[in-house]
Parts: sequence; C-alpha cells; structure tokens
Amino acid sequence: MSYKGFERKLAVVLCTLMLVFPCKFTLAAAEETEKFDAGPFIIEHVIDSYGWHICGDGDKSVSIPLPIILFDEGHPVVFMSSKLHHGEAAYNGYAMGWGDNKGRIVKLDGNYADYTGHLEEGQEYEAHVCKWDISITKNVCALFISLILITCIFLSVAKRYKEHPNEVPSGLQALVEPVIVFLQDEVITPSLGRNSNKYAPYLLTLFFFIFLNNMLGIIPIFPGGANLTGNIAVTGILALITFFVTTFSSGKEYWKDIFNTPGVPWWLKIPLPIMPLVETIGIFTKPFVLMVRLFANITAGHIITLAFVSLIFIFGQMSPAIGWAVSPVSLFFYIFMGLMELLVAFIQAFVFTLLSAMYIGMAIGEEEHEEQAAVVEA
Amino acid sequence: MDLLRPSFGLIFWMLIGFAILFFILAKFAWPVITNGIAARNKKIADQLEEAAKIHEEMESLNKKHEEMMAQAKAERDALLAEARKVSEEMYDKAKQKATAESQAMIEDAKKAIYFEKMKAITDAKNAIANFSIDIAQKLINEELSDSEKQEKLVEKWMEDVHFN
Repeated sequence: MSYKGFERKLAVVLCTLMLVFPCKFTLAAAEETEKFDAGPFIIEHVIDSYGWHICGDGDKSVSIPLPIILFDEGHPVVFMSSKLHHGEAAYNGYAMGWGDNKGRIVKLDGNYADYTGHLEEGQEYEAHVCKWDISITKNVCALFISLILITCIFLSVAKRYKEHPNEVPSGLQALVEPVIVFLQDEVITPSLGRNSNKYAPYLLTLFFFIFLNNMLGIIPIFPGGANLTGNIAVTGILALITFFVTTFSSGKEYWKDIFNTPGVPWWLKIPLPIMPLVETIGIFTKPFVLMVRLFANITAGHIITLAFVSLIFIFGQMSPAIGWAVSPVSLFFYIFMGLMELLVAFIQAFVFTLLSAMYIGMAIGEEEHEEQAAVVEA
Repeated sequence: MDLLRPSFGLIFWMLIGFAILFFILAKFAWPVITNGIAARNKKIADQLEEAAKIHEEMESLNKKHEEMMAQAKAERDALLAEARKVSEEMYDKAKQKATAESQAMIEDAKKAIYFEKMKAITDAKNAIANFSIDIAQKLINEELSDSEKQEKLVEKWMEDVHFN
C-alpha cells in the first residue's frame, strides 16, 4: 500500500470517527444525571493533580497513581495517591484538601490524626495544610519525562556530531540542527555578540525545554497532556533563572542606566526619583512578564480547546440531536485550535528565549558601547 | 492547586530538574553540537574557498594551455610555411638549374654544331679554294699559252679597274 493510499484511508477513518464518537459521547452525556459544569472540568484539566488521569469518570476512571511525598514536621511521608481515592478517603490522617485548600494535601487534626478510611460527606473535619509537599504530581512526572526526552535527544545528537564529524546531518540531528542554527544566528548572536558562547547553553536549554513541553502539552494522552509550561510555578522558575542570570551578568552601565537614566529631563530624577523608580520596577517586571506571558498563552490555548470539547457535552445535555449537530463544528474548532497551539508552542518558546537573550545582552551592555566606540573611531 | 498559586513541590522539582538538565546539556551536548556545527561550517567554507582557488588555477592553466596551443599552432604554421617556401625555392632553383644546364647543353651543342659546321665549311672552302687554284692554275696555264688571249685579258681587267 502506497503512502498516499494509506493517507487517504486514514483520513476516511478519522472522519468517520469524528462523526461516530461525538454521537456516542453525546448520548452518554444525555444519560448522565449530574449536570455538566464546564468550568471545573476545564480547570481540572489545566492544573496539576496528584494522579495522572487517563480516561473514565468517577468510580470507573483509570489513572496512574503517583507517589505523594511530604515532610510533615520533619518526618518524610511517602504513599501512593491512589490511597486517597480521589479525595474520598484519608490515609494515616492525610487527605485531599477541600474548600480553600482544594487540591492540596492536608493533615487531619484531632481524633482523625491517624485515620485511614472513607471520609463521610457532610461531616466537619479539622485539618491543616502540609506545607512541605514535594509529591511527584502529574506535572512533576511530565517534567521528568520531558527531561529524560530532551537529554536523550541531545546526547544522541551530540554523539552523532562526535562520531561523524563534518558529515551531512541525518535523523534527529537534521531535525534539531536548523533550529539550533536559527537560534544562534537570529537570537543569541544578535543579542549577545561576543558573549554568545557563554550564554548559548542556557538559552538553548531554555528554548528546547519550553518548546518540547509546549508540544507535549498539546498531546491529549499520556505521556503528554500535562500542562507543564502552562503552570505558573514552572514559568516562574524559568523567569527567575533569567532574572538571576541577567542580574549577575550585569555591567556597570546597566545600573548607571537604571539610577541615572540618560536622555530624560533632570526633573524626572531630582528631587523625586521617578525614572530610577520606574527603571527599578522594570528590573522585576521583565521576568514577571516573561512568566505570565508563557503561562497565560499556553493555559489559554488549553482552556479554549477544552471549551470547544465542553460545548459538545453542554449541548448534548440539552438534547442529543443538538449535541450531535454541534460536535463536528466543535471538533473543527478543536483541530483548528490544536494547529494554533502548534504555532504558539514554537512562538512562545522563541519569544521567551529571545527576550531572555535580549535582557541578558542589555545587562552586559558591552556590545553597544563597543559599537559606539567603533563608530567614533571610524 | 489553584491556577495562579505555584506549588512548592513543582518549584522544588523544577529547580532541581532544570539545573540537572542544564548541567548535562551544557557539559555533554551543547559544546559538542555547536562546535560540530562551527567546525563543519568552517570546513565547508574552506572547501568552497579551496574549490574557488582550484577553479581559478584551472582557469589560468586552461588559459596557459590555450596560449601554448595557439603558440604551437603558430609555430607549426610558420614551420610549414617555411618548409613550403624552402621546398618551393628548392624546386625553383632545381628547375632554374635544370633549365640553365639544358640551355647550356643546347648552347654547347649548338656551338659544337656550329664549329663542326664552320670546320666543315672551312674545309669545304679550303678544298674549293684548292680546287679553284688548281683549276685557275690550269686555266691560267691554258690561257697564258697564247699572247692574244693575254692581251685581251689585260684589257678586260683594265676595263674592270676603270669601272671600279
């Protein structure tokens, strides 16, 4: 069977599935007594969780249990998340939080301090949050998977360079080399000049980490599907690293520009130091914006795709016929958004890397003065 | 786990994980890859330059070759022309010589013939003269046998002298 023929058959099968599956699901949705609430459904899929949900609902759900690791008053506590039965049970006094502590592990107080078993609904429990929680959650698990993946990819590529120097790139090497060259030529060298070699490893790692996790986030099933780069902790750490790199590589000029900004009228500096204040705030807003941009873009993409999927269920509960009618439209938009997310995955990784490179380059501030000196000499 | 509340666990693992990733890649992957790319770029650039140089050399060689060919051709033409000239000259000379020789031979032959002829004529003249003298002697002897006839002869001679 030729590739073209295979392609055509696959398209036919997928289109059939597109028409059949929504039908089944809308019928299932119509049968469900509980009203479908899109908000929590979407948020649940976007945030982190203690188990990796694969498929199914409620009691019939299938998920990969992940280890919960806590330091409760200095004692390490390790158990599997399946012991908590999705928040319906307690294990040795540990349970899933509720109310303000929803989504966090809490330790029950009082009589239930070592309680293992079902938690009754409607009963009042005293509890406090376990602060030192380093559980291997869904996102941490996805982080490990992506780390292993990136390491394997680039070590194998590096091996290829070592074993076959000066040869035509092939396989993975041919896939990543253009990207690396693009980043070097368009991002790193223009921003950093002769300091490129020093910062290139960080920027390349940053780009491929964000890009790969963005891509994995688009895949709806395990090992993808975790919203890692749409998690504010992850983007925050990345932004923080950029912030520290920027600050520690800053030169004298960088601080001079902040506290005595050139090119602005004196009354903006004395007696009220408005410009220095603005510039100082700018030091922190830059990484903050980096953090929020990546987080918001990726999360928003996921929320929109999930919203399109939710539409099927919402309409399906009104009437199976409407649900069936809406589902192809919904799926079309879902696929469209998926393609958009592919684009966004690259753009956001690129933007984060580009801005990091620019901030670092600005902080070093050598290049500009060298250029000016060169101009003066000329 | 709110959307906007970073969790301690993820921060913790992210810091460790990203640090490990960075150190592994910065030590074992990026230098090898970037140096590999740079080395290959350099090699390609060098080879291109070398190719250009070789091309230039080839061109100059070609030019030289063409020049040499042209020179050789010219030389050959010159040689051929000279050879032709020489051969023509030789031919002409030979022809002239042959002509001259034949002329000379003819001349000689003519002379010889002339001499022979003259000799023959002279001989004949001499013979005739001798005959004539003999005859004249005989005649004179006969004529001078009587005096009348001598007188008549003298008279006649005198007349002749007169008319001269």
